[in-house]
Amino acid sequence: MGIIVNGESLELNQRIETVEDLLGHLQLKKKSLIVEHNQTILKMEQHDKAKVTEGDRFEIVHFVGGG
Amino acid sequence: MLVDNRYSRQILFDPIGEKGQECIQNSHVLIIGVGALGSSSSEMLVRAGVGTITLMDRDYVEESNLQRQQLFTEADVENKTPKVIAAKNRLQKINSQTKIDAQLTDAGVEELEAIVPDVDVVIDATDNFDTRLIINDVCQKYHTPWIYGACVASYGVTFTVLPDETPCLQCIMDHIPSDGATCDTVGIISPTVQKVVAHQVTEVLKLLTGNTEALSGKLVAFDLWKNQQMELEVASLKDDSCPSCVKKIYPNLDYQSQLKTAVLCGRNTVQIRAGKHRNFHFDDFKMHLKQTNLINYLENPYLISFEINEFRVVVFHDGRTLIHGTKNIQEAKKIYYRFVG
Ligand SMILES: [Zn+2]
Repeated sequence: MGIIVNGESLELNQRIETVEDLLGHLQLKKKSLIVEHNQTILKMEQHDKAKVTEGDRFEIVHFVGGG
Repeated sequence: MLVDNRYSRQILFDPIGEKGQECIQNSHVLIIGVGALGSSSSEMLVRAGVGTITLMDRDYVEESNLQRQQLFTEADVENKTPKVIAAKNRLQKINSQTKIDAQLTDAGVEELEAIVPDVDVVIDATDNFDTRLIINDVCQKYHTPWIYGACVASYGVTFTVLPDETPCLQCIMDHIPSDGATCDTVGIISPTVQKVVAHQVTEVLKLLTGNTEALSGKLVAFDLWKNQQMELEVASLKDDSCPSCVKKIYPNLDYQSQLKTAVLCGRNTVQIRAGKHRNFHFDDFKMHLKQTNLINYLENPYLISFEINEFRVVVFHDGRTLIHGTKNIQEAKKIYYRFVG
């Protein structure tokens, strides 16, 4: 399955069904972040329900503290 | 025809003009933190002609700052000059007309409540979320816009918080990151700093000159190394029950929420515990630490221990941290934020 994350194409080989799975795959699961899925901002509690499908576009922004 | 003066190029920029320049010169901006972000934003604003700038920072200049903290020199390192003092000296040489109020202090609730009501806008240039959440709530309380900005490695993120309009930081962050990814563990390149500051200062100029319709309104993030730029429309994350920006309870100004420090008697040690609501990720913290070359690193199932300069740092599973080798709370907090974040 091919998706786009932050403007870059990503080919997923493993079985990834939900946004939660995707965040795990990208090793972002524990980060404080915001996910936009096909131009809709997801709430945290939607991560394990929202399905990842072919051609989906994601923008993922995480918070950092340095300065 | 415009007379050439030090601000003429900025006045020629149509959205600012003569009127905007006058607004800038009558304004007061508070910059919290004078590290990399604060050095850069203060220099830009002083050059732009801001009337008064208050700088707040608790730290002094160290050698590892020079790679990116543009106001400081080798002499400042040698003299251990406090950052606000070194910054003020340099900034006054750049523009003697700007009034610089240098406050050598930790930005806590009291310190911020004393200054925020007097300023037009607050720039976040801190290195930790404890201070950011206090900024968030103080700015809600006094109805002052503030601009979140942060960076590590080649990644940066920024967002302009407008009381009663946009969501606040408490609304958009579901939990406070404390995974140990800091400039001291994963590093930082200076272009990352400059790009965050470019966004922050542009937003400040829009606010000061009344160009509010030009404000970004978006959560902006980028990774310069990966050539990525993200902009998220986060208005939908405004939480109707947010205790900070809707219910106006300001939980982050409450004592229970704040970082707790204690000097352990007779042990030359400071203990630090995070405020409530902080989830500490021990494994991530461990992973980030391993990327750094630490002296006498030791780990067991209960804790991690390592040395940095003359200090020994011990971090327990729940994030509780002991800094051995000092009784100075400010010094201990500085080390804590450098490694734990
Ligand atoms: Zn809020």
